[in-house]
Amino acid sequence: MYQHDVLIIGAGLAGLRASVEAARMGVDAAVISKVHPIRSHSNAAQGGINAPMTDRGDDWEGHALDTIKGSDYLADQDAVELMSREAGDAIIELEHMGVIFSRNEDGQLGTRRFGGQKVARTFYVGAITGSAMLQVLYEQAVKLDVNIYEEWFVSNLIIEDGVCHGVMAMNIHTGELHMIRAKAVIMATGGAGRVFEPSTNALICTGEGLGLAYRAGAPLMDMEMIQYHPTTLAGSGILLSEAARGEGAYLLNSEGDRFMKTYAPDYLELASRDVVSRSEQTEINEGRGIDGNVHLDLRHLGRTFIEERLGYLQEVAVEFVGIDLAEAPIPIRPGMHYIMGGIKTNTDGATEVPGLYAAGETANVSVHGGNRLGANSLLDTVVFGRRSAIAAAEYAKNADRHSSDEAMLKSEQQRYQDLMDRPADLRAAAVRRDMGESMVAGVGVFRDQESIDAATQRMKELRAVYPRVAVDNKGKVFNTDLMSAIELDYMLDVAKAVCAGADARKESRGAHFRTDMPNRDDENWLKHTLVYKDGDGSRVETSDVTITDWTPIERVY
Amino acid sequence: MQQTLRVNRYDPENPGAAGYQEYTVEVTDTTTILDALLTVREEMDGTLSMRCSCRASICGSCAMRVNGQAKLVCKTRVNSVSPDGATITIDPAGNLPVIKDLVVEFKPFWDKMKAIKPYLLPEGTVPKAEYIASDEDMVHLVGVVNCIQCGACVSDCSVLEVDDSFLGPAALAKAYRFVKDPRDGHQKDRLDALNESSGVWDCTRCMQCVEVCPKDVDPMGRIMLMRDMAMESGFNNTSGSRHTESFAKSVKKNGRLNETKLAVDSMGMFNVPAMLDSAPVGIRAMMKGKFPWKAHKSSEPDKVKRVFEKVEGE
Repeated sequence: MYQHDVLIIGAGLAGLRASVEAARMGVDAAVISKVHPIRSHSNAAQGGINAPMTDRGDDWEGHALDTIKGSDYLADQDAVELMSREAGDAIIELEHMGVIFSRNEDGQLGTRRFGGQKVARTFYVGAITGSAMLQVLYEQAVKLDVNIYEEWFVSNLIIEDGVCHGVMAMNIHTGELHMIRAKAVIMATGGAGRVFEPSTNALICTGEGLGLAYRAGAPLMDMEMIQYHPTTLAGSGILLSEAARGEGAYLLNSEGDRFMKTYAPDYLELASRDVVSRSEQTEINEGRGIDGNVHLDLRHLGRTFIEERLGYLQEVAVEFVGIDLAEAPIPIRPGMHYIMGGIKTNTDGATEVPGLYAAGETANVSVHGGNRLGANSLLDTVVFGRRSAIAAAEYAKNADRHSSDEAMLKSEQQRYQDLMDRPADLRAAAVRRDMGESMVAGVGVFRDQESIDAATQRMKELRAVYPRVAVDNKGKVFNTDLMSAIELDYMLDVAKAVCAGADARKESRGAHFRTDMPNRDDENWLKHTLVYKDGDGSRVETSDVTITDWTPIERVY
Repeated sequence: MQQTLRVNRYDPENPGAAGYQEYTVEVTDTTTILDALLTVREEMDGTLSMRCSCRASICGSCAMRVNGQAKLVCKTRVNSVSPDGATITIDPAGNLPVIKDLVVEFKPFWDKMKAIKPYLLPEGTVPKAEYIASDEDMVHLVGVVNCIQCGACVSDCSVLEVDDSFLGPAALAKAYRFVKDPRDGHQKDRLDALNESSGVWDCTRCMQCVEVCPKDVDPMGRIMLMRDMAMESGFNNTSGSRHTESFAKSVKKNGRLNETKLAVDSMGMFNVPAMLDSAPVGIRAMMKGKFPWKAHKSSEPDKVKRVFEKVEGE
């Protein structure tokens, strides 16, 4: 029997930061992850981490305002203020832990500029910032001897009387299903990119954390807010970091024109991501694209600069499309990248389900609102990863150890068995691809009622065929086939919630741009959408956005 | 066009069925080996197990052997391995036990990482702000932090093939990352530990790790630098460092290597057990006339000496 005070699901930056904090507090904490921590998708974050360093002339209000404006005023301003104020300490702490941040001539931390901001306040490690941070947080977890369930797959939560008491999880190496009891659970499972096709996200980003919390009764907030990143590769959807534009790269259309001057005369290529992606898509739709792409041009930066500061981008360009960035522009297009929406939490990571906390991309605090600024996601993970651990540890101190009903485990075992017993029919991958392509078509860079309805309808149909999804692999050891089938179950819930949010929000704001309702409507829609599970269906509610010091005004870049 | 993959299958629940299985998939110029394997898993045979995640050479999940050499399959295009469409053989990564199909047990890999104390250990008072360090030093470390711990180097390391106690190229590259970090306060302790058996002196410089590393981390180069640093720090009492010193001394003196003396010096003059251990080799060498009783000398030892003087003078 396994039991802990605090169990953290997911070992990316949010999960590992939470684990370090919980370990420092001396509670019995453990991390559970379906991949080894080092394989978590946080490693794919490239460009950097934002922080207004007040000890060197920047001010937190500036970062907060840029973040709030970037969010199209949908972010909760109390949460943003917290993140901006805690950012400086978070960076210094990471540096002290060992992150090898780039330096300036004086040996202090160096910065680069990122989108939606005029101040260079993005701290970075080449173009591998996420990977460098993840390695260091894992090192700290090793140093603190954090208990880590590596390659265990959480397939359900233990929920009794509406309270979370742990998880049910399969040891992927043995196929055995276990109950892991915990007084508090922190969901840190990252994004849900694979609900879309293509996506920049890793194959593991299947969003079951969102689905698990949703089924447990926690609302998913602002799920319609899907970030399409401006610079991704056609086909595979692989990401090229915003750091390229941060360091001065141009976006060009088929006429060789820096088209961003039309859409964002002040910020140009460094406008907010939603703005840049819409501009690119408009160019493509109006016939000024290049085979459905536009060009990202780094040539003027020079080879040495590209290889030193943007080495990983060069590697991706050369290996995946055979383009040398110092010699030729690279075709790119907007691609699904990040989900601003997520499990609704307060600023301490608490969800509406007692005992269940959430942090990082899977959560929605909300600091990103309608559109996340580049380099704010890493900041979100460390600030709210830490805060959620403090709150969860406190909660655990006062919670009783619960002896959960073994019948629950039997029922979960039966769920696995039913999947294994299904006769060969549909493959999970085929349904997933259909779902992903339908989602990009229906709730893409541009959307309207008709496209949203079509996606909603398709998700209903795919949910209806889910009981026909079968697994080839009948074995116990490393059965990724079975995992895919279970992941798909939750992905269909996430897809449905995205469609429900998009259908509900009758305006355009941030990444949610409806061509049939192109204006922002502060009168009626300065609100969050909340999707709740309701019986077999769902219902959408709304809640007010927290506005403190920053009155919503027109958003111009 | 079509491409056939010959995949090494193993299922611990049915070990009798182990062996190669062929799959033929449709590929284009840009199809990667991972794409092809995903097509197999998702459309043809869900029983195939492998690790993969980011598809963009950053998560380190998908190192395996392609035609006998370790590669990160997500960044290996099919046509780069088989431009003529010949069958491609896929095996699990080497030097780690197979769990199922292309999935290997990484525990020994992570345990070795943990053995090198893989975390920064600063000394003295912690500054209020960041540690001051040069950008040059940090950029230098990026070269090592680029390591995604995929295990390709470990898979093809020729020392691990015969001695699984060797820390191996990945853990040693990680160690270098801390040894060279200007913020770390335990350089000497770290080098002292790496100077022990299974550490930096056990590398045979076969270059495999350098060859197969998908991120140009150059583990062997880092290991060699740590040897130099260990000797400079005064850790000279290992067979490895004695070997290096004896090698240099012999060549400097005779212009050629005195192999007999090299062996004795490396083991240590009074290391009787090691001498006895090596006696059969010595006797066999003697029988074949390969045991020089007198050191051979170069015909022009002065030229060699001048090389030494030039290098040592620098």
